[in-house]
Amino acid sequence: MARFFAITIVVIAILSAIPIIQNTWHPVPDISAHGQAIDDQLSDTMWEAGLSFLASQILLAWFIWRFSGNRPGEKSKSFPGGATGLVAAAIILVGVEVFALGIFGVKAWAAIYFTEPGADAMPVQVQAGQFAFYFRYPGPDGMFGPIHPDLISEANQNFYGLDTDHDADAKDDIVTAEMAIPVNREIRLLMHAKDVSHSFYVPALRIHQDFVPGLDLQLHFTATKVGRYEIVCSQLCGLGHYNMKAYLSVLSQEDFENWLKKQAAFQ
Amino acid sequence: MHDMSAHAAVHHGPPTSFIRKHIFSLDHKVIGKQYYGLGLVAVTIGMVLSWLMRIHLGWTNYAIPGLHLLSQNGAPGNVMTPEFYLQLMTMHATFMVFFVLTVAPFAAFGNFFLPIHTGAEDMPFPHFNMMSFWTTFVAFCVMLLSFFVGDGPTLGGWTQYAPLSAVGKVGGPGEGSGVVIWALSIAIFCVGQLFGALNFIPNVLDLRCKGMSMWRLPLPTWAWFITSCMGLTSFSVLMPACILLILDHVAGTSFFVASNLVINDQLQPHSGGSTLLWQHLFWFFGHPEVYIAIVPGMGIVSHVLITNMRKPMLSHRALVYSMGALAVLSYMVYGHHMFVSGMNPVSSIVFSFPTLMITIPSTIIVLLWIGSLYGAKLRINSASLFALGFISLFITGGVSGFFLAQPSIQILLHATYFVVAHFHFTMAIAAIFGIFSGTYFWFPKMWGRMMNDTLGKVHFWLTFVGVYAIFMPMHYLGLAGNVRRYQAFVVDYMQPLVGVHQFITVAALFTGAVQLIFFYNLIHSRFWGEPAPVNPWQGTSLEWSIPSPPPHNNFGDKMPVVYHDPYQYGVESSQGDYLMQDSPEQVKNAHDEP
Repeated sequence: MARFFAITIVVIAILSAIPIIQNTWHPVPDISAHGQAIDDQLSDTMWEAGLSFLASQILLAWFIWRFSGNRPGEKSKSFPGGATGLVAAAIILVGVEVFALGIFGVKAWAAIYFTEPGADAMPVQVQAGQFAFYFRYPGPDGMFGPIHPDLISEANQNFYGLDTDHDADAKDDIVTAEMAIPVNREIRLLMHAKDVSHSFYVPALRIHQDFVPGLDLQLHFTATKVGRYEIVCSQLCGLGHYNMKAYLSVLSQEDFENWLKKQAAFQ
Repeated sequence: MHDMSAHAAVHHGPPTSFIRKHIFSLDHKVIGKQYYGLGLVAVTIGMVLSWLMRIHLGWTNYAIPGLHLLSQNGAPGNVMTPEFYLQLMTMHATFMVFFVLTVAPFAAFGNFFLPIHTGAEDMPFPHFNMMSFWTTFVAFCVMLLSFFVGDGPTLGGWTQYAPLSAVGKVGGPGEGSGVVIWALSIAIFCVGQLFGALNFIPNVLDLRCKGMSMWRLPLPTWAWFITSCMGLTSFSVLMPACILLILDHVAGTSFFVASNLVINDQLQPHSGGSTLLWQHLFWFFGHPEVYIAIVPGMGIVSHVLITNMRKPMLSHRALVYSMGALAVLSYMVYGHHMFVSGMNPVSSIVFSFPTLMITIPSTIIVLLWIGSLYGAKLRINSASLFALGFISLFITGGVSGFFLAQPSIQILLHATYFVVAHFHFTMAIAAIFGIFSGTYFWFPKMWGRMMNDTLGKVHFWLTFVGVYAIFMPMHYLGLAGNVRRYQAFVVDYMQPLVGVHQFITVAALFTGAVQLIFFYNLIHSRFWGEPAPVNPWQGTSLEWSIPSPPPHNNFGDKMPVVYHDPYQYGVESSQGDYLMQDSPEQVKNAHDEP
C-alpha cells in the first residue's frame, strides 16, 4: 500500500510537470517593450518552483516507500544531521532562492512602475464602467476636456460626461469603444473608474492594473508589434464582469492617424 | 501552571436535561461535536454549490434539473444566469472559508481536544464557549437566509470589494439586502470566534495540569493556541469592517464609497470614502485567515504522523516556532493580495519580501515532516494516508506561492485560475485533508467507535487523485491568462480553454461523489462501528489515557499529572514502543527535552 502510494505521488508529480515542460499552456506572446523582464522572471521562477516541487514530492514518495511498515529488527533512526541541518538548509537554500527572486522581481516591477513616461509619450485615457471600457484621445489641441460626473450618460452616449457646449478643451476630444495605439510609441495611459472597481488586464502587453474609484492612476508602456489584442476586466465588477472586454489595435503610425481621423468624424 | 482555583471555576456538574446535554451544552466535547456537525452541513452546501458552478463553467447553457428551486430569477428554464453564477460562487467561498475551514479544524477538533490535551476539566468559560457555537450557528442561519431574501445572496465574491459591495441595490442583484445579510452574518461569526479564542488562549495558559509545561503540549494544541491568537486579532478587524459596510448601506455613510460615482447613469449620493480602505481591512483579516485555516491542519497532521511513524518529529520546538512565525508573518504579507490594486507600487515591493520570506517557515515545516519520515516505521491507515496526502498537497500549493509573491509575475497571474489553484491546494484542500486525517484518527475517541479503515483508504485514493485532477489544471489555465470569476469564457483567447474546464468539471463531480463514501463511513461507524478501545493507535497524549468517548469531566475525579514530553515513541517501556505522557515510568531512551 505504501509503495503504491509512493508511486502515485511520483506519477502525479511527473504528469503535472509534463504540460509545463511541453509549454502546452502559456501566456499569450509578449508585445511590449518591458515584458521580457517579466517573462524571464516567470521562467526563472518556474525552474526554481518546478524543481522544488519535483524534488520535494519525490523525496516524500521515496521516504514513504522506504520507511513504511514495522520492519522488525530495524531500529528507528533519525535523519542525518537532524533538525538543525534541515532548518539550516531551509533557511539558506530557500532564503537565497526567495531573496534572488525578490531582487530580480523588483527590477522587472521597477521598469514599469518606477520610471516616468517620456515627455513625448502619447496620452490616452481609459474609463472603466459596468461593463465596458471607453477610451479618450485629446484631439488636435492635446488637452482633455474636464469630466462632469453629473453629465455622464450611457443613454445620451456621453460616456465621459463632457460638456462640449461650454468646455473648449472637450470639443475635439475623441471617445471610442476600442483602443488603438501606434506601434513603437510610448503610451501614457490615464485610468479612472466611473462606478466600481475594475481592472485593465492586457496579457499581451504584460499590463495589469486595477481601476480604483476615486483615484486617478497612470501607466506607461510601448507596444512593439502590430496586431489586434484583447483587454479584459479581471476585477469582479458585477453580473456582466465576464463580458467586459475591449480590443486593442496596435497600428502603424499612418494607420493609427487614419483610424483617429475616422473616429473623430464619428463624434 | 497548575491552579486549583482556575479548575474550580470551570467545574460544572454533569447535565441532567436533554437540552443541557445535547443542545445548550457547556461541555467542550459536545460543543466540539456541534461545530463538527455544522462544518459537515456547511461543506455539503459548499460542495453542491461548487458542482453547480463547475457544471455551468463546463457547459454554460446546460439546464440543471431543479436549479430554479434555489432562486426565483436566477435560473430561468434551469439555466444559470450570470448573476446567479456569481451568487453561488460567493456563497461557495463564504460557506467554505468561514463555516468549514475555520470551524472544523479549529473550533471542532480544538474544542474537543484542546482541554483534554492540557489536562483540563473543561474550557475556562463554558458559558462563553456554548455561546461561541450558538453565535456561529446564528451566523450560519443568517447567511443561509440570504438565499430567500430580496434578490438573493450577494454576488460580490467572498472578498466583497467596495464600492461594488457598498453602493447598494444599484450595484446589481444581491448587492442590496444580500450584502447587508452577508456582512451581518460575518460580523456575528466574528463574535462567535472571539468567544472561542477567549476560551482557547486562557485554557492553554492557565488550565494546564500538573507537569504540563508549555513545551509538553501536543502539536495540535500548539496549533490551536497560535490560531486562537490569530483569530483574536484578525476577526476583531473584520467585524468593525463589516459594521462599517452595513452602515454604508443603511445609514447613508460613505466609508468605502468615493465621490462622484455614476452607476446606471445615476450620480451616487456618496462622497469621501476610500475604495482601498476596505481592501486593507479585509486582507488584514484575510491573510491571517488563510493560516487560521491551515495551521490547525499542520498540528493535526503532525500529531497523526508522529503516532503512525512511531517516532517524534525531528524537532518539536522548531515546528512550534515555525507555526508561530507563520502567524506573525501572516499579518505582514497581506498586501500581496493588492499588488495591482492601485496602492503605492513601493508598498508592493515592501509586501513582497515578507511574502517570499514566509516560505521559509513553511519549508522548515515540510522538511521536518519529510525528514522525520526518515527511519520511521510508518503505519499506513486512513488517518496517516490523509496526513501524507496533506504534505503532498501543501508542497504543491506552496511552490505556486513563489510565483504569487512576486509583483512582477502577478502582472500575468493576478486574478487568474493560477490563484484559484494556489489557494485551493493550500488553505482549502490541504486543510480538508487535515480534517479527514483528524476525523479518521480521533473518531474513535469522539464517538467511541472505530471507523472502517478499508472504506477510509478507498475514500483517500479516489479523493487524492481527484483533487489533483481538479486543481492542477487550474495552474495551466492561469498561465494562459484565464481570469477567475467569469461565468463564461467569451474572450477570444480564453475560448480554447473551455475543454480544460470541462475536464475539471468531470473531475469535480467525480471527487464530490466520492465523498459519499466518507459520509456513509461516518454515519455507519457512528452507530454500528466496532467499539473503540481507550487507545486504539497506541498514542501517548492525554486523550488516549481516558475512555472512548471521554466522560463528562474528562479525567474522572482524579486530575492527570504529566511526566513526559508528548511524543515518547520508539522507546522501550512496559507499555511497548511508546510511553504515555501521564506514565510515571522512566525509560532511558526517552525524548524528554530539558
